[in-house]
Amino acid sequence: MINAVKREIPEFIEGYGKVKPFMGAYANIGDVVKTSVKIKSVKPNDKKVLPSIKDALLKCGIKDGMTISFHHHLRNGDYVLNMVLDEIAKLGIKNLTVAASSIFPCHAPLVEHIKNGVVTKIYANYMSGPVAEAVSKGLLKYPAIMHTHGGRARAIESGDLHIDIAFIAAPTCDTYGNINGVEGKSACGSLGYAIPDAMYAEKVVAITDNLVDYPACPIEISQEYVDYVVVVDEIGDPKGIVSGTTRITRDPIGLRIAKLAAQLIDEVGLLKDGFSFQTGAGGTSLAVAAFVKDIMKKKNIKGSFAAGGITGYIVDMFEEGLFKALFDVQCFDLKAVESYKNNKAHQGMSASMYGNPHNKGAVVNNLDVMILGATEVDIDFNVNVTTGSNGIIIGGSGGHSDTAAGAKLAIVVTQLTKARLPIIVDRVTTVTTPGETIDAVVTERGIAINPRRQDLLEKLKDSNLPIFTIEELKNMAEKLTGVPEKIEFEDRIVAVVEYRDGTVIDVVRQVR
Amino acid sequence: MRRSMLFIPGNNPSMIQNSPFLGADSIILDLEDAVSLDEKDSARCLVRNALLSLDFNGCEKVVRINSISSGFGYDDIDAIARIKPDAFLIPKATEDDIEEIDSLISTIEREEGFKLGCIKLIPLIETAFGVEDVFNIIKSSKRIVAVLLGAEDLTADMGIKRTKEGEEIFYARSRIASVCAALKVDAIDTPFTDVNDFEGLRKDAEKAKLIGMSGKAAINPRQIDVINEVFSPSFDDINWAKRVIEAYEKAKMEGKGVFALDGKMVDAPILLRAKNIIEKAKAIGLIKG
Amino acid sequence: MKIVRPAKAGTMESNDIYIMVYPNENGNEIQLDSIVLKQFGNQIKKVIMDTLNELEVENALVVAKDRGALDYTIKARVETAIKRACE
Repeated sequence: MINAVKREIPEFIEGYGKVKPFMGAYANIGDVVKTSVKIKSVKPNDKKVLPSIKDALLKCGIKDGMTISFHHHLRNGDYVLNMVLDEIAKLGIKNLTVAASSIFPCHAPLVEHIKNGVVTKIYANYMSGPVAEAVSKGLLKYPAIMHTHGGRARAIESGDLHIDIAFIAAPTCDTYGNINGVEGKSACGSLGYAIPDAMYAEKVVAITDNLVDYPACPIEISQEYVDYVVVVDEIGDPKGIVSGTTRITRDPIGLRIAKLAAQLIDEVGLLKDGFSFQTGAGGTSLAVAAFVKDIMKKKNIKGSFAAGGITGYIVDMFEEGLFKALFDVQCFDLKAVESYKNNKAHQGMSASMYGNPHNKGAVVNNLDVMILGATEVDIDFNVNVTTGSNGIIIGGSGGHSDTAAGAKLAIVVTQLTKARLPIIVDRVTTVTTPGETIDAVVTERGIAINPRRQDLLEKLKDSNLPIFTIEELKNMAEKLTGVPEKIEFEDRIVAVVEYRDGTVIDVVRQVR
Repeated sequence: MRRSMLFIPGNNPSMIQNSPFLGADSIILDLEDAVSLDEKDSARCLVRNALLSLDFNGCEKVVRINSISSGFGYDDIDAIARIKPDAFLIPKATEDDIEEIDSLISTIEREEGFKLGCIKLIPLIETAFGVEDVFNIIKSSKRIVAVLLGAEDLTADMGIKRTKEGEEIFYARSRIASVCAALKVDAIDTPFTDVNDFEGLRKDAEKAKLIGMSGKAAINPRQIDVINEVFSPSFDDINWAKRVIEAYEKAKMEGKGVFALDGKMVDAPILLRAKNIIEKAKAIGLIKG
Repeated sequence: MKIVRPAKAGTMESNDIYIMVYPNENGNEIQLDSIVLKQFGNQIKKVIMDTLNELEVENALVVAKDRGALDYTIKARVETAIKRACE
């Protein structure tokens, strides 16, 4: 069948099940039901601290075919996923489903577990590195299921994704399972992505390298959700967890793009008091924040909030009074962790509060402007951030689709070409985010506004900004690079890309 | 319009192909100082192919050739003039060099069937002799459309210290600005070499503008925005100019020869200045029409 | 032009191509390595071959390491390498 972004999708996918096709970004919002959770309540004298991961696994009744979950606040410094899977493999357990909010290059040992049949199914919102390559080459028994950050929360809350055991990497944990991310040598700040897991998994195991006396305050994930606590030497490598500083790009093309994007935001009239804003931690996205900051200061604008993964740069804007509050699902650097710990209006949020389309209103719905990246954009404004143009998985939506759907103005910032590859193409390799939720594409050579947004085009009709149609930008790119040869794929589906509402927006096929 | 002229190393494909989209009015593809001796052939060939195939987005395409005396200059002119760049930038320019280059280019223009004189010249004034002789240098070829001051080499030539404040080049700037105004060519200021000091860059550019320089060279793309801003008419300037012209139109309709604005008499030089500002603003796209 | 000695041109930097030219016994031959081999391998080889033909070269082994160069850069680097190999 053909879905609403013109992708040919099978009605049934082996190892995934019956497919609900993507019908449109807002087609599937309304009455929903949240699932119930089966838990084992505790008696007053029960102890939670266990001597080892193995003990926790046995206490939780680990067995073949279970679904275990992980969160990615320790990013490319995470040790927890590998430690737990190694223990599980030693127990001879097979056919596990790993539901990790993201998978990074540090999770390379997972490839062996995939080859040995310990892990046969993966859920992730983002994956890069050896595991992503292994999945792309068809090593995983069943297709990987790619969620958005908000979509994962939705899947967990609705019961679409049932978690048997959730493992929470806890920078600080007390003996009765209260967790925070702001203290300890592995401090990573907000634990927003782990919250749905903690609330909806049957068993929850906190793995910490900083066990403290009861109670560990502030509490981000509370004792009411946590079954067991295990102490290990290290939950992660601090160097991989948070970067020392996130920096805006010095690349003149990145700066040009960022400046154009900031001018666009200003010219369409969104830069005014009460402004709300989100940007990724990439160099160009962060540079947009820098130019927006200049305009806000010049015009003396007091914003409402900035959201998402928070960087030191956004913290600076907040501390200078340019925003009233920050909503933080994940801290990207030490400065963000510090601020999250100390500033009252630097507010944590769960993945569900951040982007779940099936709750009573996510923070993304309150965003004025979202700055997004892209590996490819097509002439329907569909964006790919899942696969490279060679068909290999290099990422995933993360919050891309969620914020694009929610924000009043979703801007993709990208170079027109990268190392001879045209970024604006006829048809993206994989649709991650539907074009109907993307309002503008800003490149160094010109800006394209989605024709659905006639209101924006009207506002910009006397603008000096270099406005083109998306087709014109595509032609400019192809004139430079030439038209790339088509990549060939096998028929086999290696990943299913779910939109935030749980419908299938695209599939990734095995590379030839 | 040459507010900003951006130097781009001639042997770097990444920088060359991105250069037209950084906001500079002119791109100077450099075959001289930015290219090592054993890569001169390579850079010449790359710049030639780039000019043949890339879209320069309306930027002026200038190539800085090697000096005639270096031995590379002749090959540079022969390879590049045949694909009709907008202009050559001539290092350590002298009257003799300019005359020789002018005639070499004329020959090539005839051979290639180009309009005679279509390739322009911009002498780089970077010696004390060049500063003193700048009037004659400009007079030595009709192709000259601008002069670029090179203060690093100039101060070295004079054996004086180059400072951020630039007091030492006050005379050179003033002389070049005055001669250029007299001979109706653009006076382009020397680059500001601290590429991370944007406040310093702004002050330096404002100083040059005050004296009468009409634009400034950039050695880093991040300098362009500041330079363009300084050398563009401000919104206050534009509004003032618009009001002067409105008052002039009104006075003309009423048959008045002289008129006043804000209590001040508007005479011919003021009217001319207002018209120049409007022309410039239109050329940059700050006002429509 | 006749290739008389090995020569090279270009760099390994992004958007450039590193070209090495050697005398070859049996006609022109290209060995290409590229970060966009799947998408543009044939086009890159075509530009190299066209440039060899334009310069009337008949005995070159061209070893190319491409880092995403556009056609104009490929052509320029091949031209330079050939001229260096012939002089």
